[in-house]
Amino acid sequence: MGVEGIGARVARKEDKRFLTGKGRYTDDMVVPGMKHACFVRSPHAHAKIRGIDASAAKAMPGVIDVLDGKQLQADGIGNLICGWMIHSKDGSPMKMGAWRPLAVDTVRYVGDAVAIVVADSAVEARDAAEAVEVDYEELPAVTEVLATLEPGAPQLHPEAPGNLIFDWQLGDPEATDRAIASAAHVTEVDIVNNRLSPNAMEPRATLGIYDAAEDHYTCYTTSQNPHVARLVMSAFYNVAPENKLRVIAPDVGGGFGSKIFIYPEEIVCLWASKKTGVPVKWTSDRTEAFLTDAHGRDHVSKVKMAFDADHRIIGLKVDTIANLGAYMSLFSSCVPTYLYATLLSGQYDIPAIHANVRTVYTNTAPVDAYRGAGRPEATYLLERTMEIAARELGMSPAELRRKNFIRSFPHQTPVIMNYDAGDYEASLNAAMQAADWSGFAERRAQSEARGRKRGIGMSCYIEACGLAPSSAVGSLGAGVGLWESAEVRVNAVGTIEVFTGSHSHGQGHETTFAQVVADRLGVPIDSINIVHGDTDKVQMGMGTYGSRSGAVGMSAVVKALDKVEAKAKKIAAHLMEADESDIVVENGELKVAGTDKTLPWPQVALAAYTAHNLPSGMEPGLKESAFYDPSNFTFPAGCYIAEVEVDPETGETDIVQFVAADDFGNIINPMIVEGQVHGGLAQGIGQALLEGVHYDPETGQLLTASYMDYTMPRADDLPSFKLSHQNTPCPNNPLGVKGCGEAGAIGSPPALINAITDAIGHDRLAMPATPMKVWHALHAAH
Amino acid sequence: MYATDYHRASSVQEAVNLLSSRPVGKYLAGGMTLIATMKQRLAAPSDLVDLRHIPDLKGIAVEGRKVRIGAATPHSDVAGSAALQAVCPAICHLAGRIGDPHVRHMGTIGGSIANNDPAADYPAVVLGLGATVVTDRRSIPADDFFTGLFETALEEGEMITAVTFEAPEKAGYAKFDNPASRFAMAGVFVSRGADGVRVAVTGAGADGVFRHNGMEAALASSWSSDALANIAVDSAGMLSDLHADAEYRANLVKVMAKRAMAAAG
Amino acid sequence: MAKVTLVVNGRTVSGECEDRMLLVHFIREKLGLTGTHVGCDTTQCGACVVHMDGRSVKSCSILAVQASGSTVTTIEGLAPQGELHPVQAAFKEHHGLQCGFCTPGMVMTAVDMINHHGGNLDEASIRAGLEGNICRCTGYHNIVKAVLAADAEMAGAGRRQAAE
Repeated sequence: MGVEGIGARVARKEDKRFLTGKGRYTDDMVVPGMKHACFVRSPHAHAKIRGIDASAAKAMPGVIDVLDGKQLQADGIGNLICGWMIHSKDGSPMKMGAWRPLAVDTVRYVGDAVAIVVADSAVEARDAAEAVEVDYEELPAVTEVLATLEPGAPQLHPEAPGNLIFDWQLGDPEATDRAIASAAHVTEVDIVNNRLSPNAMEPRATLGIYDAAEDHYTCYTTSQNPHVARLVMSAFYNVAPENKLRVIAPDVGGGFGSKIFIYPEEIVCLWASKKTGVPVKWTSDRTEAFLTDAHGRDHVSKVKMAFDADHRIIGLKVDTIANLGAYMSLFSSCVPTYLYATLLSGQYDIPAIHANVRTVYTNTAPVDAYRGAGRPEATYLLERTMEIAARELGMSPAELRRKNFIRSFPHQTPVIMNYDAGDYEASLNAAMQAADWSGFAERRAQSEARGRKRGIGMSCYIEACGLAPSSAVGSLGAGVGLWESAEVRVNAVGTIEVFTGSHSHGQGHETTFAQVVADRLGVPIDSINIVHGDTDKVQMGMGTYGSRSGAVGMSAVVKALDKVEAKAKKIAAHLMEADESDIVVENGELKVAGTDKTLPWPQVALAAYTAHNLPSGMEPGLKESAFYDPSNFTFPAGCYIAEVEVDPETGETDIVQFVAADDFGNIINPMIVEGQVHGGLAQGIGQALLEGVHYDPETGQLLTASYMDYTMPRADDLPSFKLSHQNTPCPNNPLGVKGCGEAGAIGSPPALINAITDAIGHDRLAMPATPMKVWHALHAAH
Repeated sequence: MYATDYHRASSVQEAVNLLSSRPVGKYLAGGMTLIATMKQRLAAPSDLVDLRHIPDLKGIAVEGRKVRIGAATPHSDVAGSAALQAVCPAICHLAGRIGDPHVRHMGTIGGSIANNDPAADYPAVVLGLGATVVTDRRSIPADDFFTGLFETALEEGEMITAVTFEAPEKAGYAKFDNPASRFAMAGVFVSRGADGVRVAVTGAGADGVFRHNGMEAALASSWSSDALANIAVDSAGMLSDLHADAEYRANLVKVMAKRAMAAAG
Repeated sequence: MAKVTLVVNGRTVSGECEDRMLLVHFIREKLGLTGTHVGCDTTQCGACVVHMDGRSVKSCSILAVQASGSTVTTIEGLAPQGELHPVQAAFKEHHGLQCGFCTPGMVMTAVDMINHHGGNLDEASIRAGLEGNICRCTGYHNIVKAVLAADAEMAGAGRRQAAE
């Protein structure tokens, strides 16, 4: 490991601009003639639109125009779609209701966009939006999964009778039922996974620019995947053909999944720019973000876990209903299916699993991937069930887990996944040691003496990331391939630009990707620039989500580097009159092994571009591209331990310590990996203790529409974390990396709830474990 | 925010005159609630009269046990005042826990009590000390000042200029925050002074800040946390929301009262 | 319309704006200083924190005209062009930022904290001092480390200065 190569704690190259206020986010963009948009949104959860009267609004100061859904439809702009086909167990395709970028006859959740106002300033646009008169006929609304499946529930889409989108299954129902019937013990648990709002600190924003002279569109947007945005807007929404649409995702202030999807606003602002002849910028405020950013989680499940007399798990049956909200967002269908049920084996050798998943429509914001996407739901379900089982069986939670760990690899689970590598006991042992598990009883006694209730809980998670082999996901219904692309351009003076389809919105790609190049070519990272986020610069890409940038994006860079290195070696061998196989790359030079003959990179690069003396038949230049399609998912895993003190008088939970032991395979930059874990933990702890989206079940009004009501984790809610890493390198990608972006959010919620339920002495506690809920739970126990 | 006209006053009289000549004017002190409310388009004053530049409204004066805090004194000044700390540390503690540091740099005592948010801290100290609210035209005892949710005895155009009180022998404040907003979900201020014992509760009551007679009586006969042990706090009349139902709030009131007593010593 | 005059980052600037324009929008739109951000609409996230007359304030909750006449420092004015203030340097050194969106507000808050309470900050007081700033990326762990380090560095520098 060099000081800047793989494994080094390199300070981030991108930090200076962020620290000095020079970051460039979408809302910072200003172009000549730019105007501002405000969306007219439904105040009702469910209503018919009888008519829209924009005449008063159009007459207001500064207003350029007010445009509605009928005009949009007349111009041929398509409906938003879900890009992953799921078939119900009866073979029928999922029932996708129409989602128009601007509602035409029906609104289906509070915040549904109805019209766009374009005005000189954002405040004038908002003034005018309030003056647009929409004549609504209110309809009854439904917000919760059980209620929406009731006979007589309000119906959202004619395409989906009974509000059921699909009824899907995975695994072997008969074998699982047999296992349960023959079990020595069955643990049965009802699990609710609370609905969350992702809350990237940068609200979504977009700037649509139509150039009439070139008939060309430019879209600045807060996206994790600008190429996917361009592809979908071209292929499905008829905004413009790809060659006439440039999508730029500049600095993006966090995503956590919520900025994967294409939302109505990007489409509408591009279209509005053409209609009005001016560039149109829209920036969400936080309340709009709560109303319209895709939410996460929201599952209700029933679980049966069967054990034999020796406490080995012999079967797992899961029945889940997942709320997808009012419309199917871009990847909404795969989250509660292939990103969820496929992880239900956890770290355990379970011979029979059956998962049944129903997804439903409700009058709520669309639900889609949020940090972890399906895997936190699977982990919470499994690790709560394991804990409760251990309590029922009178076993220590660690021993029950140890007894059931998978210990040989590769391991084929009954739910598709083939785990390639891991050492679950190593993480468990490391976490227990770091947490001083054996000293807990003494600490508990000390807490009791101070009138506090102390508890400890663990969670052993596994996740699948690095989405994913394209052929595999294709066979499961994905509408796109999930490879990544890279281009390595060695300039004539030897500096290097790397163009990647991965997108950095906090992950530090500008540093870690440069470390991979520096490690390989021995050049300083200051001579390497990472370019991303612009469809005009980067050839193609699938973007950043599902902890895929390292395993897939960096692997593409490695493949391109292979080609660059091979060509450079040919040139160097030719120039130094040596055999190509004798050329080695060391410290920024190409050397003839065993001699003192050497050429620095810049000279080789220059030779490639002057082309005065290249091997016969070789093309000039030193620039290579590659597409990398992974051969498997990667499987990060680990063990988290939470220790809490509960104040029985107030129900307040204090996290006394939080230990995370993770196996991410090889690590490019430990500092950045730790940062990813910290952030994931904060979001997982947020889910466990603080956060929850609440709708009024009668009216469908969002009750948590600002930080006044939705509890964001703040600095004084969290402890400092104790981290460690174990390493079983991933055998399926060239760097041996796994993926670290989501682990913290996946593994931490059950550890917290296991700890709190340990403290209060029973398991009747749902997330988020707010002080009020814990206090009531304590009272219920008495 | 809807359109509004801003005026800056340099004296109390100028401010009163400015406001009286406007259709729907409002005094603007620190603005930490008013501007936020206007941003949400929940308030739409035609005119704002800024009080931050009136010298008479600023400053803390302590003479013996007599305290005067100018209405436009920001929370951070109260929290950090050595003179106040010497005679009534509880008010410094309370002021130092309002909102966050940035809010404390702008928000003022006058603005807070004029707004009388049921979850604000200052109403608890004003009522809990039996303070006097001084306005441009009169003095109002705290017991008469807070009249309901977001309602006070202030007349149209009347401006708070100061809060005065006699420093208590003992006082303490404890609050339990709303986890999201960090406003008080239950805040209790206890004091014992020349006029006896007072217990003021904020954050919990459906009608805003109130005195708890049962606790006052108990503490009057015995000034100790233990005296509160058998006090029942009635959940009727408590606020109920996502973060705290009435039963939980009633519990918090009692727990915070005990903790306020512990702080008071 | 109001005329607003401020001293921003050491330079006197004036501009016309509606009375209802917030200070943060004046800074971003009229002065083109886009380092100060807006992350919420309820005065809670702290992405908009600047210093006004020497104290940290939320520029999203102050009218530009209300601020007129005052001295404002934004993230762009914290250190001379091309250099980093010790707090900025500590955030980089300790990876106290990821997406960078909350970062200007965090840094301005930390500078105010150290300016006014520096030299004896600990983890608990730093976490309490960050109550008005929300970060979604870092879990605050490295922000706390960075502020601790900057406090030690600046207190050390102060002591060194005093000794000279």
